[in-house]
Amino acid sequence: MGMVSTETLFIQHFGNEEARGMDYYLEKMAGYSALKKALQMSQDDVISEVKKSNLRGRGGAGFPTGVKWGFIPKQATQPKYLVCNADESEPGTFKDRDLMRFTPHLLIEGMAIAGHAIGSNTGYIYIRGEYTREAKLLDAAIEEAYSKGCLGKNILGSNFSFDLTVHRGAGAYICGEETGLLNSLEGKRGEPRVKPPFPAQAGAFGGPTIVNNVETLSAIPFIINRGGEWFAKLGKLEKSGGTRLFCVSGHVKKPGLYELPAGGVTLRQLIYDYCGGILGDKKLKAVIPGGSSAPVLTPDEIDVVLDIEPLMKIGTMLGSAGIMVVSEDYCLVKLITRITKFYAHESCGQCTPCREGCKWMEDVLHRIEHGHGQERDLALLLDIADNINGKTLCALGDAAAGPVTSFVRKFKADFEEHIRGKKCPNA
Amino acid sequence: MAKILSKKFYEEMKKLEPRYPSKVALLLPALHAAQNELSWLSPEALNEVGEYIGIHPAQVREVASFYTMYNLKPVGKYHLKICTNVACCLMGAEKLVDHCEKKLGILAGETTPDKKFTVMEEECLGACGTAPAMMLNDDYYEKLDVKKLDQILAGLE
Repeated sequence: MGMVSTETLFIQHFGNEEARGMDYYLEKMAGYSALKKALQMSQDDVISEVKKSNLRGRGGAGFPTGVKWGFIPKQATQPKYLVCNADESEPGTFKDRDLMRFTPHLLIEGMAIAGHAIGSNTGYIYIRGEYTREAKLLDAAIEEAYSKGCLGKNILGSNFSFDLTVHRGAGAYICGEETGLLNSLEGKRGEPRVKPPFPAQAGAFGGPTIVNNVETLSAIPFIINRGGEWFAKLGKLEKSGGTRLFCVSGHVKKPGLYELPAGGVTLRQLIYDYCGGILGDKKLKAVIPGGSSAPVLTPDEIDVVLDIEPLMKIGTMLGSAGIMVVSEDYCLVKLITRITKFYAHESCGQCTPCREGCKWMEDVLHRIEHGHGQERDLALLLDIADNINGKTLCALGDAAAGPVTSFVRKFKADFEEHIRGKKCPNA
Repeated sequence: MAKILSKKFYEEMKKLEPRYPSKVALLLPALHAAQNELSWLSPEALNEVGEYIGIHPAQVREVASFYTMYNLKPVGKYHLKICTNVACCLMGAEKLVDHCEKKLGILAGETTPDKKFTVMEEECLGACGTAPAMMLNDDYYEKLDVKKLDQILAGLE
């Protein structure tokens, strides 16, 4: 137990407004030296370095980044696109905002390198609409990069050209789903697409497309400069390289971002050793470990190592590493009702099980919360969740169903108290 | 019909055009730019955006109505969007909404009769570590409590 010492890549720059400028980036962060190096490497060599790094997507799915890049067909007749998913819409997640406002050049350099690796000359940063200020900071950083020849035609004197544009979303959770995002980028409603074809075959504007998260792309310059093996060793589990930004919110003494080795700490260590424990030294009631889509954990389950496989093994997920901590005096029925209201609101409406089911779950939960529930409602909730799970085009349906199922199964007594007492015992 | 979008809007769009392989991709940026000028997207504004892009007004509405940030009704000079998603609720966001509703005499989703304030409950703003959070027009305010909220409101003309 206790703290682990580790090299961090990002967090030391957060809060430092100077770090976002080109001068600082060039002088203090070896800025654009990785791009220069990558442009002298073949596309395959760059991809193989990223494969070696065991970098896995930081947006939620955890797919190996190098493998994803390898899916882009070499002989494509259509232009290829690189899209950065900066929608950061998963509740509980707030790391990409700091990456964009404090180290925007890492993202820009990472994207230029990725563009070279997959043979794309056009990149977009799809940023959630609410991050108005961050979009402006990115625009300013992009302009700086153009003026220094790090973006645009013949980057750093090479024959590689890459244009980068910030594209703002406009308030829709579903645009964090990559095909919903691509539709939104194309000027349509952000409704997810039927897959296949996957974006690597036909993504943005019909061309082969890679969609990567902000944190994923921001790690690329380090991998190129210091090697895939070095990056892989930063992680403590075999398949997961690098550090990860954990976003901790809710009832802890020190909420915020923590950059730690992938798989390097347990959930208990993060909550008690890093975040100082529960507010007011109260008892822990529940933890949502990977954004609001992740099934909930009980206090007995927090000795799990914080990484993709260990969390999957106990039936939940690391997702976007948005960890929400709940203390003993907050009503969990109220909490899951609020979560479900969110999914009902954000369902795009294409798939009936999700569109109707999320609203039904919200209604049933609402009546339980307010003391009008019946015993049979718990079985009904599980039944509705089961009829959504795995029966929709995208993962939003599963994201709504998983939490409901887990709260009802793991905290059944809390629901029963509301039903039998005909009111919220905490109210 | 007389145009209601400014020359600046058209210049801004002209600059963005070469960035995209299709003009329809300019729809979201165009709606943002139009809203920046007019504070909300009136039917006339939607029509003019459609005319510029070269799509039917119904297609503009179909897209604009999908996204919560496009104001299809007029909003107040000060648009408060208080996050009431999980992390903010854990940290007492509902008290902020109640306080605003009482103080301004409107319910969330409404605008004061003098068109000064619109209050909305918002889904996750991505500021969970500094919850509770809200947006006031384009700016974030974080680690809020009722006292801080009152100070912010008092500073608004």
